[in-house]
Amino acid sequence: MEKILFIEDESALQETFGEVLKQEGYEVVKAMDGEAGLEMAKTQKPDLILLDLILPKLHGFEVLKKLKGDPETKEIPIIVLTNLEDMKDIENAIELGATTYLVKVNYSLDEVVSKIKKALGK
Amino acid sequence: MSLKDIIKELNISAQCRQYGLSLWQCPQFIFVVMGIIIIAFTLITYFVGARYIEDPLQIAFLVTVLTLVLFILGSIITQSFENIAEASRMKSEFVSIVSHQLRSPLSNLKWAIELLMSGRIGKIEKKQLKYFVILKENNARMQELIFDLLIVSRIEQGRFPLKKKPFSLEELTKELISIFEPQVQATNIKIGFKDGKGLPHALADRHQIKLVVENLIDNAIRYTRNHSKIEIKIDEKNKSLYFEVKDKGVGIPKKDQKYIFQKFFRSENVLKYQTQGTGLGLYIAKSIVEGSGGKIGFISEENKGSTFWFTLPIK
Repeated sequence: MEKILFIEDESALQETFGEVLKQEGYEVVKAMDGEAGLEMAKTQKPDLILLDLILPKLHGFEVLKKLKGDPETKEIPIIVLTNLEDMKDIENAIELGATTYLVKVNYSLDEVVSKIKKALGK
Repeated sequence: MSLKDIIKELNISAQCRQYGLSLWQCPQFIFVVMGIIIIAFTLITYFVGARYIEDPLQIAFLVTVLTLVLFILGSIITQSFENIAEASRMKSEFVSIVSHQLRSPLSNLKWAIELLMSGRIGKIEKKQLKYFVILKENNARMQELIFDLLIVSRIEQGRFPLKKKPFSLEELTKELISIFEPQVQATNIKIGFKDGKGLPHALADRHQIKLVVENLIDNAIRYTRNHSKIEIKIDEKNKSLYFEVKDKGVGIPKKDQKYIFQKFFRSENVLKYQTQGTGLGLYIAKSIVEGSGGKIGFISEENKGSTFWFTLPIK
């Protein structure tokens, strides 16, 4: 079973999307802030990370930078899932090594699931 | 302060753009104008005084008093302009913050509704489905409004960068027509598309022009009755690209025509006919087209239909 780490401070979203991911057959581990997310990426060794950008304690960009700078975690594909949609943010995230950048309001649940499958190489 | 900063301070028009105001409403500009007026009046008083008044002390007194009065007046005026400009900037910023903050709960709602409707967590009954559809549609409407508000606040804060690159307006239009296809079929409307052969590429920001074309087609469909035809035409005119969308819809009453590109304006007959819409689309379209160096306009007759057009510079 593939493991997905979901770093997101909105518990409503964790509930809904976590449920969908479970039904799709993934094991989901959750983190509610940037620091916890970073910690869990190291201890849990997930196959994929879903990362929000506006996070308490540590901003998503910092998390992304640290994950991609650490040899232990740099190979894990990261999907940025946020509501920021300035071109500057998108370019910045891709430059830092994010696999995909998804703006929440623009995607349906099924579309996000298919992006996850694609990022996992399926 | 580096030299660059000082030059930036001196660039008044750039500072005024930040407030999103015209030059004559901009505090920095008014300040300079007031300064010039004060100097001019001081000099005039001095020369007039020197000619008619013999006592140099009296002249000096007169000049000082006049300068002081003008200075106080000037600073009151400049101050009030500054307040207005600040309020205007805060308004745009407020809209931007609120819109951003509203997006999270809205996307939470959207996905929760989707999850419910997908049947993943239990089947929903036919009776319930109708109300889930209402939830979904109204959620989508709020998202649309927020999206438009964000664009408007970006335009007003001057944070709407245009990345000009050549692109094919025909291809963009075809792409959008195919997106509208399901909606068009459902209402029995036909879209005809005519493009001149071998048209040059447009030189503008594709991403933003997409919003304009999308909006004009959407309006045409929205305000057209069933079983009607919408005609889209792209051509080259006077060394620019010309885009036109013609509908046989409700049209715009003559008295409303001059307001049509204003923010939040919605024509009376449209309100009767179809209540949805933010009244921001055409304002955004105008801002984008004019920012791209093009022109936008329309011809319309009530109950007969409207033709909206815009032009874009070519490569």
